[in-house]
Amino acid sequence: MVDDLLRLESVDLDRGARRLLTGVSFQVRPGDCWQMLGSNGSGKTSLMRTIAGLTRLGLQGQRICTDNLLYQGHLPGLKTGLSCRENLRWHASGGVVSNVEKIDAALAHVGLQGYEDRVICQLSAGQQRRVGLARLWLSQAQLWLLDEPFTAIDVRGTALLEAQMQRHCAAGGAVVFTSHQPTGMSEIKILDLNQYAA
Amino acid sequence: MLPELGTFLRFQLQRHLQLALRRPSDVVGPLLFFLMVITLFPIGLGPDPKVLAVLSPGILWVVALLSSLVVSGRLFQADFEDGTLEQMVLSPHPLALSAMVEVFCHWLLSGVLLALVSPVFAALLNMPSRAIPVLMVSLLIGTLCLSLIGAVGAALTVALRRGGVLLSLLSIPLTVPVLIFGAAAVREAALGYDPSSWLALLGALAAGGCVLAPLAIAAGLRISLEA
Amino acid sequence: MWSIVHKMGSPPWFFRFANGAIAWLLPIVLITLVVGCVWGLLIAPPDYRQGNSYRIIFIHVPAAVVALAGYYVMATAGLMSLVWKIKMADTAMRALAPVGAALTFVALVTGSIWGKPTWGAWWVWDARITSMLILLFLYLGVMALSEAFDNKVAAAKACAVLSLVGTVNIPIIYKSVDWWYSLHQPASIKFTGESAIDASMLYPLLLMIVAFYGLFALSVLLRMRTELLVTHRQSAWLRSELS
Repeated sequence: MVDDLLRLESVDLDRGARRLLTGVSFQVRPGDCWQMLGSNGSGKTSLMRTIAGLTRLGLQGQRICTDNLLYQGHLPGLKTGLSCRENLRWHASGGVVSNVEKIDAALAHVGLQGYEDRVICQLSAGQQRRVGLARLWLSQAQLWLLDEPFTAIDVRGTALLEAQMQRHCAAGGAVVFTSHQPTGMSEIKILDLNQYAA
Repeated sequence: MLPELGTFLRFQLQRHLQLALRRPSDVVGPLLFFLMVITLFPIGLGPDPKVLAVLSPGILWVVALLSSLVVSGRLFQADFEDGTLEQMVLSPHPLALSAMVEVFCHWLLSGVLLALVSPVFAALLNMPSRAIPVLMVSLLIGTLCLSLIGAVGAALTVALRRGGVLLSLLSIPLTVPVLIFGAAAVREAALGYDPSSWLALLGALAAGGCVLAPLAIAAGLRISLEA
Repeated sequence: MWSIVHKMGSPPWFFRFANGAIAWLLPIVLITLVVGCVWGLLIAPPDYRQGNSYRIIFIHVPAAVVALAGYYVMATAGLMSLVWKIKMADTAMRALAPVGAALTFVALVTGSIWGKPTWGAWWVWDARITSMLILLFLYLGVMALSEAFDNKVAAAKACAVLSLVGTVNIPIIYKSVDWWYSLHQPASIKFTGESAIDASMLYPLLLMIVAFYGLFALSVLLRMRTELLVTHRQSAWLRSELS
């Protein structure tokens, strides 16, 4: 039997005094790609943060999750005063990357060739998102947790990103992401949070 | 992952210094604040050099405390707002250590600088010159304590919108011993007595703070992310 | 021991416990307060140097003692809330802080009133009074932090961390303020301290300290019960408890 990368067993989630979700159970195995759906305010981001282990408040029930994970939330985790290359030198999921070619290659993958030494605050919102997502090419993490990864990304970028996610799953990794848009990916599993609404 | 700890800490240190030095105004600002507040005292108290000389240890220490608090309020703000803090929490390296690297950088660029230029401010207040080395040493050790206390307050208030005033409310009572030991050391030196016991007490505070504060800072940062 | 800790964490159990304890404490506190006040304020002999003005110590000292102890009780509740995640410990911390702050305030005001006839000034930067003032700031800090968070659980955790930091600091603050005071060698006379207190004054004082501890426990339990009533007003257990 393959070990689950993530397992939630009848998890209830509160925000403050209000219950958001009840009885969420799902497992993520290597090779899985999960899309988390749900209307605004249904608790997608809260659940993502809980899964990542950023917050334990309001969590009741069992959460088992690998430590080897990459979390990319709404906040890019980029220092606006540093260049693209300098920013990508460290990330929780990859540690310190000392290999500059690897960083430049990752930047090229997200279409930012030639921008390596540009300071983040000179880039557009979409380009900044791309710098953050370039970490998908640098990470060694098995489980990717991506909260709204397609926000502010153009059509071509979306396709690139989907391809990278599928490559990761094919290589034995797993992805959980939230998005309102239907994606072009095959073999996608859907977790609809509206059915767990309290 | 943990064998990389040394690399990680060195990298973080380098990165924070790099970031701070790209914005020199953030480094110079507290010093200017210090200078301006010092200027207010002769204006408020009158220019009598004797009065200023008597009051100078206390004035310099109180102003150092205030300028340290003003800066430490912003300590984790940028990390919280751009999501770096989330990554620090998820990193396999202990949060307490990576937070301490930031506090250490903050101290290097605020406290140590302040201690280095403090003779100029001491001269402005006509402080006896024999007290100046003690002033520098006491500020050097004392600002480390102040940075640690400020960091605990900053970690607890970083997620709050009205964090600024609250930070002072939380931190000021905790800084009382630092102020007492620091000002007493300088005062004793100015009067020609031996200040070493007060400096030793300051050193003990700094050592204890370096051990305990990281735990409180890490706990505070985790709570702030959850709120 | 362990099972008691867990039982205390359950709101229904604590609600019943608080009800019982309040019923017991209320008469005890009233009797000790009245007896202590009458004994201290009317029966105890006047001081040979201060006359009758010293009698304020029967309020001042108990308030100061319990205010300081209250901070440690609050920090202990904070530790329980952080380590064992006991919800009632959070409630206890929220209930404790204002009571402790109020006692500190009483100690400061009575100290200041006492200072007027003895030192000739409403406020003197005496070591004890200064320490009390800083203790008040510590309490106010915890209360302000608790108010500032929207999320109650996060607020309780933050306050727990802050009160633990404060606990480590209080002995250092007290000691340093003591040294600071002796360093500046003030001209005032020390009343409290070496001079031994006579039994005729000591016993009513001890009784008043006991009464203040009781009053403190009673106020905290009342506040905790009120908060339980507010937060669990929708719960079935509370309805059945009250009917």
